Amino acid sequence: MRSLGWLRLPLLLTYAFLYIPIAVVVVMSFNSSKMPFTWTGFSLRWYGTLLEDTAVRQGFLNTMVVAVGATIIATVLGTLLAIGLARYTRSAVLEAYALTPAIVPDLALAIGLLVMFSAVGMTLGLHSVLLAHVVFGLAFVAAVVTARLGQVDPSLEEASRDLGASATATFFRITVPSLAPAIIAGALLVFTLSLDEFVIAFFTDGPSTPTLPIVIYSMVRFGVTPEINALAAVLLLVSFTVVIAAQRITRLTDSV
Amino acid sequence: MTSPAGTTSRGRGAHKRRALGSRALFLGPGLFYVTAFMAIPIALIVSYAFLTRGRFGGVRLPLTLESFTRALDPVYLQVLGNSLLIATTTTVLALLIGYPVAYAIARMPSRWRTIALVLVVLPFWSNFLIRTYAWIVLLNSEGPLNKALLATGLRDEPIGLLYNRGAVIVGLLYAYLPLMILPLYASLERMDWSLLEAATNLGASRIRAFFDVTFPLSLPGAMIGAIFVFVPSLGNFIVPELLGGGKTVMVGNLIRDQFLKARDWPFGAVLALTMVTFLILLFALQAAVSRRINGPRAHA
Amino acid sequence: MRRSGVAGAIAVSAALLLAACGGSTSSDAGSAAAGSTLDPKADLTKQTLTVSNWAGYYPEDLPAKFQTAVGAPLTIANHATNEEIMGKLTAGGDSGIDVAFVSGQYAQALNDAGLLEPIDPALIPNLKNLYPEATQMPFDKGNKFSVPYTWGTTGICYRSDLVPTEPTSWNDILKPAAENKGKITMLSTERWLLLPALKSLGYSINTTNADELAAAKELTLAQKPDLLAYDDTTFYTRLVSGEATMVEAWDGWCNYGIAEDPNIKFVVPKEGSDLWSDTMVVLKSSKNKEAGMAFINYILDPANHAWVAENILYKVPNQAAMETEAVAGMSAAYPNMGMTPAELLKEEAIVDLGEQSSAYTKIATEVTSG
Repeated sequence: MRSLGWLRLPLLLTYAFLYIPIAVVVVMSFNSSKMPFTWTGFSLRWYGTLLEDTAVRQGFLNTMVVAVGATIIATVLGTLLAIGLARYTRSAVLEAYALTPAIVPDLALAIGLLVMFSAVGMTLGLHSVLLAHVVFGLAFVAAVVTARLGQVDPSLEEASRDLGASATATFFRITVPSLAPAIIAGALLVFTLSLDEFVIAFFTDGPSTPTLPIVIYSMVRFGVTPEINALAAVLLLVSFTVVIAAQRITRLTDSV
Repeated sequence: MTSPAGTTSRGRGAHKRRALGSRALFLGPGLFYVTAFMAIPIALIVSYAFLTRGRFGGVRLPLTLESFTRALDPVYLQVLGNSLLIATTTTVLALLIGYPVAYAIARMPSRWRTIALVLVVLPFWSNFLIRTYAWIVLLNSEGPLNKALLATGLRDEPIGLLYNRGAVIVGLLYAYLPLMILPLYASLERMDWSLLEAATNLGASRIRAFFDVTFPLSLPGAMIGAIFVFVPSLGNFIVPELLGGGKTVMVGNLIRDQFLKARDWPFGAVLALTMVTFLILLFALQAAVSRRINGPRAHA
Repeated sequence: MRRSGVAGAIAVSAALLLAACGGSTSSDAGSAAAGSTLDPKADLTKQTLTVSNWAGYYPEDLPAKFQTAVGAPLTIANHATNEEIMGKLTAGGDSGIDVAFVSGQYAQALNDAGLLEPIDPALIPNLKNLYPEATQMPFDKGNKFSVPYTWGTTGICYRSDLVPTEPTSWNDILKPAAENKGKITMLSTERWLLLPALKSLGYSINTTNADELAAAKELTLAQKPDLLAYDDTTFYTRLVSGEATMVEAWDGWCNYGIAEDPNIKFVVPKEGSDLWSDTMVVLKSSKNKEAGMAFINYILDPANHAWVAENILYKVPNQAAMETEAVAGMSAAYPNMGMTPAELLKEEAIVDLGEQSSAYTKIATEVTSG
């Protein structure tokens, strides 16, 4: 660390910039006062309020439905697509096309989907959010799995086929296991992205089934409240745990 | 990459048919999905841009270029200019702050690097709205920063930190800084530091060595980082709304409002196309630059 | 660029196909909407009701109490602004909402778009509890498609302990004294954004005269540097925290601030203001219309509507409810709760302006963008 010299200064300042706002919110979540900016003493009452908040609870359930559903569908479609791109075509155009949903600005995708759903007269709801989340999700899975496919030796599959295994058996016994780490990583990525996704959900969700980010948005629009602070603290804890766990898992699988 | 036909005992035709079948099986569903839920929606935006506004949202005939001419109204050009300015400022600041950080992490002993990187990325994985909200708390005129300022006695009135363009830029910077640091780190980490040593050994000053050796090699990472920060900043409507107090309008707000407030879908479509066009130009620029950087090296 | 060319070609052809499908479905919806009659003997326990209301604009235990009384399970979805719910209701398809709460002029626009079910007086006997004035609101004379939930006016809500002089005119907020600069907020919903300027210039708040609108726009734009923010949702909390000293506010919402800080006061500026009403409407797309009518009838019950008023601190246009002891007593703490229908009717009622309303939308965009 000594070798860093003066570089330690920007590093420390950046960490301060990244963590002070979060820390302030977490500290304020333990404030007993109803006034958002006046500290009157330590209390857990806002966590109790949060637990009883049906809108938050329902939002969380809605979000889980979308995230789990989108992850499953996107993982299947994205994995098939990645294998197809690597094994059955060499078209760079098709590959770029398949990965575009990952880089299209979310706002453009959101209004495009709103326009399309409305043109076919589709009722908006969790199903339309799920359909929308699958499209960017499958592109992310395809990107991650494609990267892994570059490292997997296709001769293994050929050997399996030459030894008389059926295409299906080869796929499930050779291809899928060798891609497993990438598939899991892709699925985790989609799951986290879907959990937090706001813009597309905001446009494609129906009014009676808000996802958690939409619930948070309407809460935040009603100003600073101790309950949002408590919700923020809980969400930060959850996402930090997931990231650190994912970090550990990927390190484990990498070392295998 | 089909396996070479004829190497097996099976007939050539059957093999080919099966390959075609698998090809459709693997590629079909995904490509169909991307077409149905990305390409068609985007194409619809394009076609809506040429239609007439429906009274209650939606569109109707006749075809018209009215929405395009309306976008040239100085008011909207100004919004576009503001958005480009805000997104560019955010990107430049992210580069200036992110570069030394990425550089420091790349030069750390490897056992520290992972932790340092995780610390950079960690806030990024928490909810975007919550992260933006944190700045409302921090910058509020009754908030901790102003309280601290009053306590020092430097000011006797709280200062308006929130609800202005500066707050919007800080919010965007906070949201997307990790997206600058990561690709920068990736390109710096791959660097052969012995090159740098060689340059200094040969008598180049450290600053000279940095600009002649390190910086050009990290340029691809910087370009990617710049795109990662610029793209979501330009289309953002949450940060201007929450931290700009509705007074700073960016093109993202304008697009959102055309669909959810003003219900002028053709105009919203034109604005969205304008935004996407800027981004495509940016990608083209990035591709050109990276070709220029990679080109000569490949020949050397 | 070859890449995007191919994608574009596929996309455009597909889009044309889709646009064709879209056209046919929407015309189907139009014809199906014609004759539908409600069944007064419908089994309400078989219906489930989804209502969209402003967050915090109803008693929290309303769903539970409604289900006990009427039998239909009730879910309340929240919206933050009129514009937000309008966006969802007009996006096409079935929004999943049975009853929506929107301001009068928006109800009028929804009705013009053919999205509302006519109110069935046979199913809502409690309509008789409304003040006669409330049944003759200009946006919907005779409650054909909407029933008023609350009504009131717009004025200035301020911290009497923090302003140098108490405001009496819209000019006090449009051209604020030095002490108030940077500490005022304005409503950003288009019609209310322009209201202070229109009234201070002596124009109608329903004007469609381009010159009058241009003058109001200029005045509103000139005020922008003195604003803390445009704010439709959190202005009263800003007053309580002292972030703001003076805000353009709806009367009832000012009461939220008064509840937390008695230094907060409300005034209707001398140039006059608006008469607005937030209404309940039943969507034509609803499959639970009888339960929707029953919901409106339940709200209009004097005891229930009084309970609403006590909870949300807004005046309700229900004579029997306003005359209950509990609500009549509220005007001691919240003076604007004591405004009579006659006083309210002196203000100008907001109506939807049809095609002309896009002029307001455009000006609102230009003011907030400028």
